Amino acid sequence: MSRTNGNSKSGLQGLWALTSRELKKWLKEPLLLFMAVLQPVIWMGLFGRAMNLGNMFSSGNINLPSVIPIPGSFVIPPQSEMVNINGAALSEMFANLGPSIMQNIFGVQDYFSYMAVGMISFIVMFTAMFSGMSMVWDRRLGFLNKVLSTPVSRGAIIFAKVLNASLRAMFQATIILVLAVIFGLQVSPTFNWYNIFGVYAAIFLLCVGLSSVFLALSLRSTKQETQMAIVNMINLPLMFASNTFFPISQMPEWIQAIAMVNPISYLTDANRQLLVLSLDASRLMLDFAFLGAFALVLSAIGITLSWRYLTK
Amino acid sequence: MSEDVIKAEGLTRVFNKHLVAVNHVNFSVKQGEVFGFLGPNGAGKTTTINMLITILKPTEGKASVMGFDIVKQNNEVRNVIGVVPQEYTADEDLTGLENILLCADLYGIPRKVAKERAEQLLKLVELTDFKDKKVQTYSGGMRRRLELACGLVNRPKVLFLDEPTLGLDVQTRTATWNYIRMLKKEYGMTLFMTTHYLEEADALCDRVAIIDHGKIVVIGTPEELKHGLGGDIITLSIKENADVSGLIRSVEHVKEVKSENGSYWIKVAYGEVTAPFIIEALRRKGYTVTKLSMTEPTLNEVYLEYTGKSMRDTEESRENFRAQRMTMWRARH
Repeated sequence: MSRTNGNSKSGLQGLWALTSRELKKWLKEPLLLFMAVLQPVIWMGLFGRAMNLGNMFSSGNINLPSVIPIPGSFVIPPQSEMVNINGAALSEMFANLGPSIMQNIFGVQDYFSYMAVGMISFIVMFTAMFSGMSMVWDRRLGFLNKVLSTPVSRGAIIFAKVLNASLRAMFQATIILVLAVIFGLQVSPTFNWYNIFGVYAAIFLLCVGLSSVFLALSLRSTKQETQMAIVNMINLPLMFASNTFFPISQMPEWIQAIAMVNPISYLTDANRQLLVLSLDASRLMLDFAFLGAFALVLSAIGITLSWRYLTK
Repeated sequence: MSEDVIKAEGLTRVFNKHLVAVNHVNFSVKQGEVFGFLGPNGAGKTTTINMLITILKPTEGKASVMGFDIVKQNNEVRNVIGVVPQEYTADEDLTGLENILLCADLYGIPRKVAKERAEQLLKLVELTDFKDKKVQTYSGGMRRRLELACGLVNRPKVLFLDEPTLGLDVQTRTATWNYIRMLKKEYGMTLFMTTHYLEEADALCDRVAIIDHGKIVVIGTPEELKHGLGGDIITLSIKENADVSGLIRSVEHVKEVKSENGSYWIKVAYGEVTAPFIIEALRRKGYTVTKLSMTEPTLNEVYLEYTGKSMRDTEESRENFRAQRMTMWRARH
C-alpha cells in the first residue's frame, strides 16, 4: 500500500506520462502528422518556388535593344551629340547586379534558401499557438479534473503541454529542414552539424514562451472559439511583420518597429545565421538573448496564470 | 479506526461571489460505508465531490478525508483516494492498458508494480481480452469499467464515484452495481457516490444525503428515510357495508385512515407487521377483508417530500444536459 510520494522522481514520471500520452496520440494518427508536414511543404512550394525573386534579375528577364541611343550629356566627359550604348553589354551588367542585390537584401542569392528557414518559424509558431487547444479538450472531457485529483504535480501538468508543443515543433522543423535540403536549400559555408542544436535551442525557447501563454489562455477562456479567434487574428500579422518571408530593412518604419520586438524575427534570424547566412556571432548572441528573455517572461506569466487556475 | 473517513463541517463553495453552489454542508462518512449524495442537476453534488477530491477549494468551512485536511494536506488526500469521474476520461486513442498505466504514472507507481496491478484490475473489470484495443472501440459499459479500473490503480482507501451509471443501459448498470458491492464487501472500501437515480441510491447506499439548492435536506439510511415519511400505505376493502375507520384507527401504528367508496386508505408505520393486526381486529368484529394491498414508500416519495419536486422533473433537464454533451462529443469526431 505504501508508495513513493511527491518526490522528484515521481514528478518526472508524471511529466513524462502526460507528455508521451499526447505524443503517442499524435504519432498514432499518421494523417495528422502528414497534414502537419504537408502544410509547410505547400507553402515552401508556393512561396519559395513560385516567387522566384532571384530569377527576376536574370539575363533572360532583361531584354534591352542591342543599340541604345542616349543624350551625350549623360556620359563622362559630356558630349554634344547623342551617344550609342552597347545594349548587350548593359544587359549583362544588369544581370550580374541581380545576385548582388539578392545578397545585399536577403543575405543569400536564392530566395528559396531564405524562405525555407522562415518556414521553420512559421510551423513553430503555429504549433505553439495551437498547443492550448488540447488543454481545451482535456478540460471539456473531464480528463483535466481527473489528473488534478491525482497527486501528480500541478507543474507537471503545465510543463507536459509546453514540452509537448516544443517536441512537436522540433520534430516538424526537422522534417521541413530535410525537405528543404532536398528541394535545394543551400547551407552557408560556415555551417557545421553542431549548428543544428542551436536551431533546436532557438525553437525550444520560442515554443516555451508562446505555448505557456496560449496554455493559460486556453485554461481561462470558456470557449474554444475564443482561442481559435485569437490565434487566427494574430498569427498572420505576426508572421508578416517579421523577417520570415521578407527582410525587415525593406519594410516601412512602423512595421519595422513591430518586427524589431517580434520574437518570430529573432527565431528566424538565429536560424538563418546557423543555417544559410555566414554566422555573425554577436548577432546570434543578441537573437538568443532576446529569445531567452521572451521565453522567461512569457512562461512566467503563462505558468503563473495556469497555476492559479489549476489550484482554484 | 473509529474516526470518520470523510468529515465535512460547514463546507461551502461560492462561485463568482454570489452563486452559492454548496451551502454549509455537514456530514460524515464511516469506514466501509457506501454513502450516497442524491439530488437533482445543479444541486451541488459535483461541486461537493470536487472539493473532497481536492480539485476545488472550499470558500468556507472545512473537510477531511482519512484525517487529512482537503486544503492543507491535499496531496496526502490525493494519495489515498480514487476517483471515477462522471465523464469518460480515458483517452480514446490509447488502449485500455495504456490508459491504466498512464493513471499509475500519475500516482508515481513504479512501472513494474503498475504493470502487475493493471493486469489484476483488467481482470477484475473483465477487460483483459480488450486491453490492447483502442478505447475508441469500447462500448459505454466497457468505458465505465475502465474508468473504475483507473480509479482503483493506487489502491485507494476511499473511492469517489460521480454519477457512476449515468447513461448506462439497465444491464450495464446492474453490473456496475455489482462491482461497487464487491469493492465494499471484499476490500472494505469506503465509497462516496453521487447519483440522481433513486433506485441506485436505494440499492447501493448504506446512507443517503439528499441535497437540494446546495443544502443537505436530510441524511439517513434509505430505510430510515422511507419510514420517516410515516410508513407504508395499506389499501383494503371489506365485504360488509359499514364504516370501520374508527376501528382501524384504534390498531397500533396506524397513523391515518381515509375511506372512499368502501375501500380504506391507511397510512401505517411498519406495514408488514401492522397489516395482520388490522385484519385480525376486523375479523374479531365480524368483518371480512376482501382485498388488501400494501405499497412501501420509495425514495421517490422521500425525494418529493424534501425537495418539493418529483425526480421526473429533474430527469428532463438531465436529458437535455446529456444531449448537449453528446453534441460536444460528436464535434470532436
